[in-house]
Amino acid sequence: MIKLNINGGELEADMSADTPLLWALRDHLGMTGTKFGCGKGLCGACTVHLDDQPVRSCSVSVGDAVGHKIRTIEGLSVDRSHPVQKAWLEIDVPQCGYCQSGQIMAATALLATNPSPTDADIDSAMSGNICRCGTYPRIRAAIHRAAELSREATAK
Amino acid sequence: MKTSNELIHPNLNSSRRDFLRNASLLSGGLIIALSLPACHRAVPPSKMAGSSQPSAWLRIGTDNKITIIVDRSEMGQGVYTTLPMLIAEELELPLSAINIEAAPVGAHYVNDLAGGQLTGGSTSTRDAWEKLRIAGAQARMVLIEAASRRLGAPATTLWVKDGYIHGAGDARLTFGDVAELAATLPLPSPKEVVLKKTASFELIGKGAARLDSPSKIDGSAEFGIDVKLRGMKYAALIQSPVLGGTVQSVDSTEAVGMPGVVKILTVGQGSGVLVVATHYWQALKARDALKIVWSPGARLNVSNATIRAGLKAASSGNGLSARKDGDALAVLKSAPHTLSATYELPLLAHATLEPMNCTADVQASRCDVYVGTQVQQMAQEVAAHAAGMKPDQVRIHTTLLGGGFGRRLETDFIPAAVEGSKALGAPVKVIWTREDDMTHDTYRPPAYDQIVAGLAANGDIDAIHIKITSPSVTARLFPSPDSNEVDSFAVEAAANYLYDVPNIFVEYVQHEVGIDVGYWRSVSHALNCFVVESFMDELAHSRGVDPVEYRRQLLKKQPRALRVLNEAASRADWGKTEKGHFLGVSVMEGYGSYLAQVADISLDASGKMKIHRVVCVVDCGIKVNPKIVESQVFGGIVFGLSAALWGDIHIEGGEVKQANFDTYRVLRMSETPQIDVHLLDSTETPGGMGEPSTALVAPAVANALFAATRKRLRTLPFAGQIAIA
Repeated sequence: MIKLNINGGELEADMSADTPLLWALRDHLGMTGTKFGCGKGLCGACTVHLDDQPVRSCSVSVGDAVGHKIRTIEGLSVDRSHPVQKAWLEIDVPQCGYCQSGQIMAATALLATNPSPTDADIDSAMSGNICRCGTYPRIRAAIHRAAELSREATAK
Repeated sequence: MKTSNELIHPNLNSSRRDFLRNASLLSGGLIIALSLPACHRAVPPSKMAGSSQPSAWLRIGTDNKITIIVDRSEMGQGVYTTLPMLIAEELELPLSAINIEAAPVGAHYVNDLAGGQLTGGSTSTRDAWEKLRIAGAQARMVLIEAASRRLGAPATTLWVKDGYIHGAGDARLTFGDVAELAATLPLPSPKEVVLKKTASFELIGKGAARLDSPSKIDGSAEFGIDVKLRGMKYAALIQSPVLGGTVQSVDSTEAVGMPGVVKILTVGQGSGVLVVATHYWQALKARDALKIVWSPGARLNVSNATIRAGLKAASSGNGLSARKDGDALAVLKSAPHTLSATYELPLLAHATLEPMNCTADVQASRCDVYVGTQVQQMAQEVAAHAAGMKPDQVRIHTTLLGGGFGRRLETDFIPAAVEGSKALGAPVKVIWTREDDMTHDTYRPPAYDQIVAGLAANGDIDAIHIKITSPSVTARLFPSPDSNEVDSFAVEAAANYLYDVPNIFVEYVQHEVGIDVGYWRSVSHALNCFVVESFMDELAHSRGVDPVEYRRQLLKKQPRALRVLNEAASRADWGKTEKGHFLGVSVMEGYGSYLAQVADISLDASGKMKIHRVVCVVDCGIKVNPKIVESQVFGGIVFGLSAALWGDIHIEGGEVKQANFDTYRVLRMSETPQIDVHLLDSTETPGGMGEPSTALVAPAVANALFAATRKRLRTLPFAGQIAIA
């Protein structure tokens, strides 16, 4: 049994230590919000947070994830109330939606360290995440909007 | 502490899409299915498998739960929002009241513009535009009639607003209040229906938020790859590296004993080996341990070189006429001047971000298939064949699609899941890896295109001859019995050549290249628009005329095209370009929509091209949901630009050499230019908008590059010919 700290709780499953975190989440733990896109850390669809850092869960084994705090799209909020989720809805970002969990996890990680990113900051943080539907212009707009929402929330 | 080993999606095991069978269980009350038959044309028997599933677009529960059944696949283009909007507009129903379900296979769900239950060809809105508004109006009328009987008030004194039926005084009923009675009343015929006037639209034309967005921002949206059934096993498929090869021998000695492995079997008439395991990672690892000898088959000698040589040779022969105005060949023979050019286009992969996958549950007398498909009827037929059942024993449950782009018009990823489930006696989900997906695609057709214009002494175009040589997707997927029928999906954006030229000959030479080709977003528009719009630029420059002005003169009889061109030129500041910036333009009609694009580029000191901005002006008629139209324009441009800059599938020895996003590059955010979309007001019938913007970006950039460098790029992609920033 391997025990993982996911979204603030302890979850365990019977799997080999070399199982990629991606498949552990999806197949063993029933959390399918994290997506499989390339298996090689090239597309970003499987992005989760490991100790608040964005990582490609297809390229992290569960053995290496033990003892670290893992956060997935399911753990972002219980009611879509995270500023990034709010902004995503306001701008109506998703098209097919398949990449969006990864995009949102990359965006939340960016905003956690850089509350007012420039376009260049956004490009740099988000270019590991492929969107074949071409939602990039709206993602950019939504990240700026999420930054605004976070600042408004802090100012209150 | 919560121990979670096998969380089963609560609503999946009984399948939430299997709605009518379970409807009474789900609602806790009686469900009335208002069946609203459309005036659809008969589907050819071979394409229309029988179905026991009832057909309807609308279901109103006695509990007032209102469900709209959407018969097109949601693959990002927004049909789970725009199609319900059409019903809701006439039914005076707030969008917030709507639940969405994917339609099963059914005769009512045939796309009249496609001749089958198919999502593609930018047809969804065009097909639904009248059909679903009529359906909404019929439902409104029958609900009012039922309310009239319930209240004892004349129907003419009742009206529907905000999801309620209102009458004199405070009389107010929900749809659910009268649903049971309404179901016993005859529906008014479509001829009795009076649709709302454009000016009274409350939903159509407004940018309502997508109904599927909430589920797509919290991880709950369910794609095919997310389906989970009780007792389900996971499977990895290995197919011959040489396309079309078959298994000669399998040594599974090592793999069979690996953790989790439950079954290894040859599937698809020897086209692949399926490794079924308790978990997908186990299946993948065991797959790597298989020792397979492949019989490569006929494609061993297919390569990019043979494909190109074959197309070039075929292009010297005669083809079929796709359009003939006047006698272009005769005029060309005697023309004082001619200008000619040859353009070449590569094979492309679809690379949907969700790799191909399918889940099947074969039982004694039925088979359930959970799949992201654009072709429900064909999926049903293919699954039935694989299961050894009749089509009406197969239920297709359409999930959300993690991208379609034409790839999911194919059904090649379905049989292995069915065969695996049948062999195992348990549900099986087959997931292709990215490498499987990219090396076993049905690729966009390559092309070798010749174009020649005959010019009068004053430089006017007297004749144009566009000769397209490419393999045909349609010949494989939907073969015509008539060998003289031109594949209309090979000549788009050429057969509808917009410019005022008296003699036009569009000729199509079908030449098969030895590998399967597939429909790819905007289909042949993207191929042919590059040729035609680049060449129009060549003609303009050959006469020393500004490319926008040149097009204007030839589009005087095409008011919609002229309008988008002028607007795009104006919004892109054509003729007033900042120093060091260069513009290129393209214009096209596709799917009943008119578009113009202007690309704004610069070159740095080392000659690297940067694309700063793409302006796109659209006249797509009435915009059902402008926000979704805008997103489709963004999407098409990003998709088209990926292909124009880098898209290039190489075949060597019958094998595809690109396998993942490191070797098949697609556009990333940092490479995406500013995209300015302007949607013009129009009262024309809606045109299709899922695809056309894809086609215009390659020629717009090529034309800007010519303006910058005086070098004409007639081959795609641009990478390798020019450095890209």
